[in-house]
Amino acid sequence: MTWLASIRIALRALRVNKLRSTLTMLGIIIGVAAVIVMIAIGAGAQARVEEQIKALGSNLIMLLPGSVTAGGVRMGSGSRNTLTEDDSYAIQREVRDVQASAPQLRGTGQVVAGNTNWSTVFYGVTPEYFEARNWVIASGKGFEPADLSGAGKVALLGETVTRSLFGDADPIGQVIRIRKVPFTVIGTLQRKGQSLMGQDQDDVILMPISTARNRVLGGSTARLRTVGAIFVKVREGADMADTEAEIRNLLRQRHRLQPGAEDDFTLRNLSEVLGAQEASSRIMTLLLAAVASVSLLVGGIGIMNIMLVSVTERTREIGLRMAVGARGRDILMQFLVEAITLALIGGLLGTMLGVGGSYAIGHFAEWRTELNLQSIVLAVSFAAAIGIFFGFYPARKASRLLPIEALRYE
Amino acid sequence: MDKSLIITRDLVKEYRMENYTVTALRGVSLDIAAGEFVAVMGPSGSGKSTVMNLLGCLDSPTSGDYVLAGEKVSEISGDALAAIRNRRIGFVFQNFNLLARTSAVENVELPLLYSHCPAEERRSRAMTRLAEVGLADRAHHQPSQLSGGQQQRVAIARALVNNPVLILADEPTGALDTHTSFELMGLLQELNRGGMTVVLVTHEHDIATFASRIISFRDGHVVDDQRVERPADAREMLQALSKEAAHPS
Repeated sequence: MTWLASIRIALRALRVNKLRSTLTMLGIIIGVAAVIVMIAIGAGAQARVEEQIKALGSNLIMLLPGSVTAGGVRMGSGSRNTLTEDDSYAIQREVRDVQASAPQLRGTGQVVAGNTNWSTVFYGVTPEYFEARNWVIASGKGFEPADLSGAGKVALLGETVTRSLFGDADPIGQVIRIRKVPFTVIGTLQRKGQSLMGQDQDDVILMPISTARNRVLGGSTARLRTVGAIFVKVREGADMADTEAEIRNLLRQRHRLQPGAEDDFTLRNLSEVLGAQEASSRIMTLLLAAVASVSLLVGGIGIMNIMLVSVTERTREIGLRMAVGARGRDILMQFLVEAITLALIGGLLGTMLGVGGSYAIGHFAEWRTELNLQSIVLAVSFAAAIGIFFGFYPARKASRLLPIEALRYE
Repeated sequence: MDKSLIITRDLVKEYRMENYTVTALRGVSLDIAAGEFVAVMGPSGSGKSTVMNLLGCLDSPTSGDYVLAGEKVSEISGDALAAIRNRRIGFVFQNFNLLARTSAVENVELPLLYSHCPAEERRSRAMTRLAEVGLADRAHHQPSQLSGGQQQRVAIARALVNNPVLILADEPTGALDTHTSFELMGLLQELNRGGMTVVLVTHEHDIATFASRIISFRDGHVVDDQRVERPADAREMLQALSKEAAHPS
């Protein structure tokens, strides 16, 4: 008997019991859909983490000033002004595998443009900052060397700031006031989205570090040339640990620390933190898929249940088929094909439901979902495997019936 | 060996129950020549159904020999037996055993499905057989849309479709009224005149009279085996029956 004939016989048998076939399939449909949706949600979360890594810049090291200890009370990292602009330039100059070393000075303040205002964060930076933090200029231009040396009153706006102050209007060439200091907007930054902590990374203004220090922040920081943080981007393929050690040695030298003394700065490898986060989201995906697979398994048991009922119910038919020449293996094939057909049709319907469900969740719940072909192929072939696995026992039972007993079965 | 189609020697069939054994056949030796029309009779428990199962290769004997068309089938089993049933034997059952929700022509095709016959040939052979039993116009009806007599004729077409050497009919008229029974027996007689060997199991005497030889069973033995000189003609009986119905006395 050919495969095609087996499939036709199976389809007829399933059509005869439409309601029962549909209910049986439902288990598989829900199982497959659940697997696809869960993997889509997991993959979406993973893709978001990956995107954040990209936005942050790969191979990124962050340097923060050390902590102040006053009367036994330690104030936490960043409380002491130990890092300077010159440290950053030295790292750029002297550490071999550094691609970009960028100092950052942070401030907050009210920004006014015409009759609207907005409270935001501004950073005093150097041109290397764009490379180190992967900022892309969306429109306008970046800082000129003259802007840095002469503390030019120019600014680049993040997307959120642009939208808050100017709406859809073009901000380039407009004048804004940051802490009452007038600035000319020379460019806008491309959108980066949320950070890992859920912060809006686009709610930001960038200005030359000299401008921030001398014209906006003022005070003691102007004298000391200290910075809030230094971002170091390491060349692709370089050994991160080696580079970290080199930077640490350089800074210890520059800060004249005795051997055995504690670092007066903190060095953090941000990519590692993100890598860990990515790994955890991958585990989450696996977990979700595993839970969904259980429902697929339950669906498979449903198939076995119905196939056993079907074999009992159709004992006479099996007897007749045997009487007219069906061999045990023809009967086995017939019931196996039936179970696989059930599972496969269920699998295909489940795929449609799963794909639709993923889009619906992405759209209505605004969760990011990411469909991939692999998960669909996996779910459908898993469904087919379940058909074979759970269909085999009932099919074998049918094929081992004795023709006379099957024919006389009431 | 003579030209007998069916030769059995000392067929014994025992059924093992949990703690005792039932002997259904106690040494049956038969010779049936090609072209005979044999009726097997006997009360229930006489072993006639058992002999039917053995002749039909649905079951294997406990001991003894069975040779069908020169092939010693008492020694083969399983798949080979299925192939013998498929190619050599056509079955007709009391309750028709047609597949529900399946058209008449597809029911007739069923044996061909298991002998790897290509789809087109399958359909044309099935249609030919259906035409022979007078049901060409009912080919696409389902069993539930056919009368009992028509269903049994579909079953006969199915039995014939693979050109068997033997038709085994197990109480084929058991579920039919007298008129339809006579029609059916007419059809079997016609096939027999065409050279087909027919073995019929029945417990009705008037049905057995259509056969050319009657073998009676009791307690697992053949107790009587006689030839019928002039078997009744089902067509004539049918005409007589129709006249009776038209002019009730």
